[in-house]
Amino acid sequence: MLRVEKINYEVNGRKLLKDITFQVRKGEILAILGANGAGKSTLMGVLCGEKKPDSGAVHLNGKALSTYEPAALAKCRALLSQQQQMTLSFKVEEIVLMGRYPHYRNTPKQQDYKIVAETMELCGVSAFAERDFLSLSGGEQQRVHLARILAQIWDNPDALLLLDEPISALDLHYQQKVLAIARALARKGFMVVLIVHDVNFAAMYADRILMLKNGRKLFHGTPVEVLAQKEIYTIFSVESSVIMNPRTLKPYVQLEEMDIDLD
Amino acid sequence: MQKKQKFILLTLGLVLVVVSIVALGMGAYHIPPADILRMLTQKLHFGSAGGVHNMHEDVLFEIRMPRLLLGLLVGAALGISGAAIQGIFRNPLAEPGLIGISSGASLFAVLIIAFETFLFTSLAAWIGYYILAFGAFVGAGLTAFLVYRIASKNGRPNVTTMLLAGIAINAFAGALTGLMTYMSTEQQLRTITFWMLGSLGGATCDNLRALAPFILIPVLILPFFGKSLNAFSLGELQADLLGMRTDRVKRWVVVLSTLAVGASVAVSGIIGFVGLIVPHTVRLMGGADHRFVLPGSLLLGALVLTLADVIARVAVAPIELPIGVITALLGTPVFLYILIKDK
Repeated sequence: MLRVEKINYEVNGRKLLKDITFQVRKGEILAILGANGAGKSTLMGVLCGEKKPDSGAVHLNGKALSTYEPAALAKCRALLSQQQQMTLSFKVEEIVLMGRYPHYRNTPKQQDYKIVAETMELCGVSAFAERDFLSLSGGEQQRVHLARILAQIWDNPDALLLLDEPISALDLHYQQKVLAIARALARKGFMVVLIVHDVNFAAMYADRILMLKNGRKLFHGTPVEVLAQKEIYTIFSVESSVIMNPRTLKPYVQLEEMDIDLD
Repeated sequence: MQKKQKFILLTLGLVLVVVSIVALGMGAYHIPPADILRMLTQKLHFGSAGGVHNMHEDVLFEIRMPRLLLGLLVGAALGISGAAIQGIFRNPLAEPGLIGISSGASLFAVLIIAFETFLFTSLAAWIGYYILAFGAFVGAGLTAFLVYRIASKNGRPNVTTMLLAGIAINAFAGALTGLMTYMSTEQQLRTITFWMLGSLGGATCDNLRALAPFILIPVLILPFFGKSLNAFSLGELQADLLGMRTDRVKRWVVVLSTLAVGASVAVSGIIGFVGLIVPHTVRLMGGADHRFVLPGSLLLGALVLTLADVIARVAVAPIELPIGVITALLGTPVFLYILIKDK
C-alpha cells in the first residue's frame, strides 16, 4: 500500500505541491491528470523518492520512503521517466538487463535472464535484443526502457510501478498495450501510478483518478465520479460532454471543437 | 561479460606483453629479444646474466626497463581515467583534461619553470625536477578540486555545471600559462614546450617508486565502478532509482582519476589524445559495457603509449621526439579511420 500524507514541496519559494494526500491500494491503478505545469511530474519525483518533500511523508508498504536503503527501495519501486537521452551505444538486451542490477552483484543469475526475456517479449522488443539502442526509433526506445523497469520489479508483486507519460511516444497499438500491461500487473497485485494526457485512456484503464491543478489535489475518485463536464473544464479549460459507454459502463469524454480567430 | 569481450581483453593483454618485450630491445642500442628473455628469466632467479653482454644488462635494467614501466603506468592511467570520466559525464567526448587536471598541472609546472631561476638557483637540478613534478601534481589536484566544489550544491555535484566550470577554469589556467610563457626566457620556453608535449624521458627507478602507488591504486580500483557507470549511462535519476549511490560514485571517480592522471602528468608532461580515443576505440571493438571498457582502456592505453614511445625513440634516432606529438600525429589518422569505417 502507498500512503501519501500532506505532501508539500517547493523550489526557490515556489510551491509546486500543496498539501497532497491520497492512497493507492495493492492491485490498484491510479491515473494522475492535470494541465502542463500542474505538478504531475513533481509528484512522481516525490513518489519515487528522488525529491524529498518539505513536509509530509510517503509510506510504501508501511515504511517511510526516506528510511529505505537505496538498494532495497530499488527492488520495490520502479519509475519509467520521460525520455532520457542515452549517449553510449549499449545493446538493447544490455539495457534491459540493467533493470536487474539491484538483484545481483557481479554476474546475472538464470532467473535474471529469464525475467529479462519475459519483459522484452511483453514489450515487443525481443526482436531488437542484439541491436544498438541508439539505432531505435523514439517509440521503440521507450518500450526498451519499459521492459527494463518492468524487469526491475517483476518478481515482487508488492512493488510500486510509476509511469510518467508512458505512452507519449507510442503508436495506437502500443499505447493500448502498455496500459493493458499496467492493468495485468495490477491484477497480480502491483500498485500502479501513471501520468497520462488522454482522459479517455484514464477512464478506460484506471481504477481511480487524481486531478491536479496548480499543485493542489482538486478531484480524486473513480472515473465515473470525477470525469464530468465541470471537473474537466476546471482542470483543462476545455469544453466537453461526457456520455456513458453503454457496453463498458465507463465515462467517455467527447471534446468540443476549439476555434481560434487570428484577426 | 560476453565471450567476445573476454577474448578481446585477453588478446590485448597478450599483445601488450609481446610489444613490451620487443620495445625493451629497440632504440639506439639494439638488444635481441632472445637476450632480453634470457636476462629477464635470470633476473627472476636472482642469478647474474651469464653469457650475455654486460652492456646489454645495464641498458636493459637501468634505462629501458624503467622507461617501459613508466609508459605502461602512464598509458594505463590515461586510458582508464578517460573511460571513467566519459562514463560519469555520459559523454564520449569527455576526457580527464575536461575537469582541469591537465591545465592545472601545466599552470603550476610553467610557474615553477618561470620562477625557478630566482627561487631555486642554489638547488641542484635533480631537486628541481622533483619540485616540478610535485608542483604539477598539486596543480592538477587543486584545479580538479576547485571545479568539483564549484559544481557541488549541498555536497551533490552537478555534472553539467562540472563540465562548464571545467571549461572556464581551463580557459583561465590557459591564460595564466600564456602570460607566463610570454614572460619567459628562451631557455625556459624550450623547457616549457618540451614539458607541454610530453616525454617519458624522466624515467628512473626512484621516480617509478614514487609514482607507482599514485597510479596503481586508482588504476586497480576504477574497474570496480563498471556496473555503476553502466547505470549512469541511463541518466543519474535512473542510476539513483536502481539503488546506486551516484554522489559517491561521482566523487570517487573524480578523485581516483585526478590522482592517476595528475601523477602521470607530473612525471611525463601532457600526453594528449590518449584519454579521449582509447576508450572510444575500446567501445567500438567490443561494446559500451563499462565492465569491459574500463579494463580494456587500461590495456589499450598502456599498449598505445608503449608503441608511441618506441616510435618517439626510434623515428629520428638518436634525437628523441616528444611523445605527445606521436600520440596525436599517429592517433588522429587511426581514429578517423575507425570513425569512417564504423559510419
